[in-house]
Amino acid sequence: TALPNFTKTAYGKEEKLTSYEDVTTYNNFYEFGTSKSEPAVHSKLFKPYPWTVSIEGEVKKNKTIGIDEILKLAPLEERIYRMRCVEGWSMVIPWLGFPLAQLIKWAEPNANAKYVEFISLADSQQMPGINLPILDWPYVEGLRMDEAMNPLTLMAVGLYGEKLPNQNGAPMRLVVPWKYGFKGAKSIVKIRFTEKMPMTTWMKAGPREYGFYANVNPQVDHPRWTQSSEKRIGAGLFAGRIKTQMFNGYTEQVGQMYAGMDLRKNF
Amino acid sequence: MAIKQFFQHTPSRRQISWIKSTLFLLCLVPFTRLVWLGVYDGLGANPVEFVERSTGFWALLILLATLSLTPVRLLWGVTWQLQFRRMFGLMMFFYASLHITTYLWLDYGFDWADIIKDIIKHPYVLVGAAAYLLTVPLAVTSNQYMMQVLRQHWKQLHLSVYLIATLGVVHFWWLVKKDIREPLFYAVVLALLLGVRLYYKLRQMKLKVDRARKVKLSAVI
Repeated sequence: TALPNFTKTAYGKEEKLTSYEDVTTYNNFYEFGTSKSEPAVHSKLFKPYPWTVSIEGEVKKNKTIGIDEILKLAPLEERIYRMRCVEGWSMVIPWLGFPLAQLIKWAEPNANAKYVEFISLADSQQMPGINLPILDWPYVEGLRMDEAMNPLTLMAVGLYGEKLPNQNGAPMRLVVPWKYGFKGAKSIVKIRFTEKMPMTTWMKAGPREYGFYANVNPQVDHPRWTQSSEKRIGAGLFAGRIKTQMFNGYTEQVGQMYAGMDLRKNF
Repeated sequence: MAIKQFFQHTPSRRQISWIKSTLFLLCLVPFTRLVWLGVYDGLGANPVEFVERSTGFWALLILLATLSLTPVRLLWGVTWQLQFRRMFGLMMFFYASLHITTYLWLDYGFDWADIIKDIIKHPYVLVGAAAYLLTVPLAVTSNQYMMQVLRQHWKQLHLSVYLIATLGVVHFWWLVKKDIREPLFYAVVLALLLGVRLYYKLRQMKLKVDRARKVKLSAVI
């Protein structure tokens, strides 16, 4: 399946891109192994086509949609976003995708839908990591409805002008640039609208370490990693660290959604 | 058992010095590899993490090698391998020093405010820093001169290697996000190495007690 044409946008055009090589060989995708280099190797035989996504929960009616139809839902855009991992490193990636809001509009959630849950594929035949009880599979992530509808929130189907490599979450993944990278569920097979806040995989794995919001926040420290600064991937051995920005530098677009919230409690 | 047979054949002095030189050079292979990869841009997407991981791994592995020499003596009663203990210990210190230098310099650029915050706030960093600080007196007193100066205190001081190894494993364990298989492996190896010592220590104590009891009994009779 080839990707339809896409338009370039102004998002992040001033940023220096992380190389394609680094973006596609340094990955956290535990379904294909827990080291950074394993996903690129162990996902070689993964088949992201054909692919269907089921829409369920608080919707007008449950339905499924194929990846080809998804690609026709909205025009594809290229957006350059910073990605900040909770482990203290970051990249700049030219994603191809469309606003998640477009898919949500098509899904027709009802008035009870307050949250959206994203469920990744957990196929032990194709994904060797699923055989290890490291996380509670399948991988589950979630967003509040307003976060999901925010124009920044992207459903990505490609990067660097081509379709998503398997190790980056083919055929379709979430990109939420003001949150830590683990919020970006990969290889999504199910989208469920809920009234209650979903319990995500990392919240289950370490409730003290990973919260539902997981907004990039240099002021809220993590029990394992410094969050006030980060290492930019590809910058080299002697590049040092750069300061981490509030909401990863997207405060203008997303800050108002958290007005009045205690971000220390809602980490 | 093949290992037992290997150790029971005591090498000549010449052979020992050959083995020692070979082990010394082998211990430097990981360092040479890092320099090579650094020069030829082969350290991957996150080179600082690569060097930190690699030097930490080798420090821990060489430390476990150091700690495996005494169990060989306890199990099979041979002692020639103990001559490599100091070299292994110093090699561990070398890699631990590279590890901490990478952290202070390449990772944090000697930004002491950030470093102190990182050490205080993150238990695994604190444990690692403590382990390193404890290795310094051992390295400083590893020569003949200091052995003579410290006499019986030398042995007491060097008992802290058990604490260092434990802190090292804990440091690794706590830094891992979720997949604990690798640190678990080192924890098991360390537990075995310390377990052999403990077993012989307890046996020795029991023998002493038994002997004392026998003496008492014969006195009564």
